[in-house]
Amino acid sequence: MISIIIGVLAYVAPVLLQAQPFLKRFEPTLINFLMLSFLLFVVGVAGVLSRRNIIIIFMSIELILNAVNLNLIAFSRYLDINKDALAAKGLAVNPLAGPVFTIFIIVVAAAEAAVGLGIVIAMFRNRETVAIDEIDLLKW
Amino acid sequence: MTPEKVEKALFIIFAVIAIASALNILLQRSPIYSALSLIGTLLSLSALYLTVRAQFIAAIQIVVYAGAIMVLFLFVIMLLNVPKDQPQIEKQKGLRYLAIPFAGALIAETFYVLRLVPARALPVVAPAMADQAVGTTWSIGVGLFTSYLLPFEVTSVLILMAVVGAMVLARREGD
Repeated sequence: MISIIIGVLAYVAPVLLQAQPFLKRFEPTLINFLMLSFLLFVVGVAGVLSRRNIIIIFMSIELILNAVNLNLIAFSRYLDINKDALAAKGLAVNPLAGPVFTIFIIVVAAAEAAVGLGIVIAMFRNRETVAIDEIDLLKW
Repeated sequence: MTPEKVEKALFIIFAVIAIASALNILLQRSPIYSALSLIGTLLSLSALYLTVRAQFIAAIQIVVYAGAIMVLFLFVIMLLNVPKDQPQIEKQKGLRYLAIPFAGALIAETFYVLRLVPARALPVVAPAMADQAVGTTWSIGVGLFTSYLLPFEVTSVLILMAVVGAMVLARREGD
């Protein structure tokens, strides 16, 4: 394990040293938040597609919803800062919609987790499994 | 250190933690460790919300997501005592190679869309009047109870239905 970390560091350290001027100029912008959100979304989709434990699939769905939330918050902040510039172009923006819809998404995620985990418990009681390829009663 | 430097460092640190623990969800075999990694992702996203002055959402993220929802997940994992996940049995091996063009198409689409984002995008993090930011409890509360009142009420009905539905689903047949 430690040797793996040292090996990774040996690869990463020169890259980080070269990246130092870039990091000095770097400033978190809208596009960085969008890229982070995209990466989280992709990891969530990979989890939904590759795992067979239904609880981990639920967790991946939560990850996807969080990526959406990050998008909404970043856009809300962007619109809030640029409100005057956008109004000069004739675009009326509503930065409040981002946080409000984030709250709605969190509420829907909570409801989805409650119902979904209820289904998982009922399924486990009947079939003694949480693997999605063994839950195939409705498959034609 | 200037505030800009602190914000920059915070963004890099918490973005890396978020991605790393998100990947850890997939790499762990045991569901408990996956749930703990998901909590790490949720907490670092909450810190990122703080850097863009969305204080209320950051608090809600910790209380509702990392608190309530993840406790529900951990409770179910421990209740069911599920065995460690085994790799999926592949029935159609050829389909695996079909995934590559689809993944490429997804990434290409994303970069095509992100290309339209203004290149000289203004920083999301900027020193602004913190009291009048949209992320404060005051502005969100005013928004929820004026322009978004109907969705708010519909959401409470949704929560009620979800609670009743979860109780009906998890109930034993004989009761």
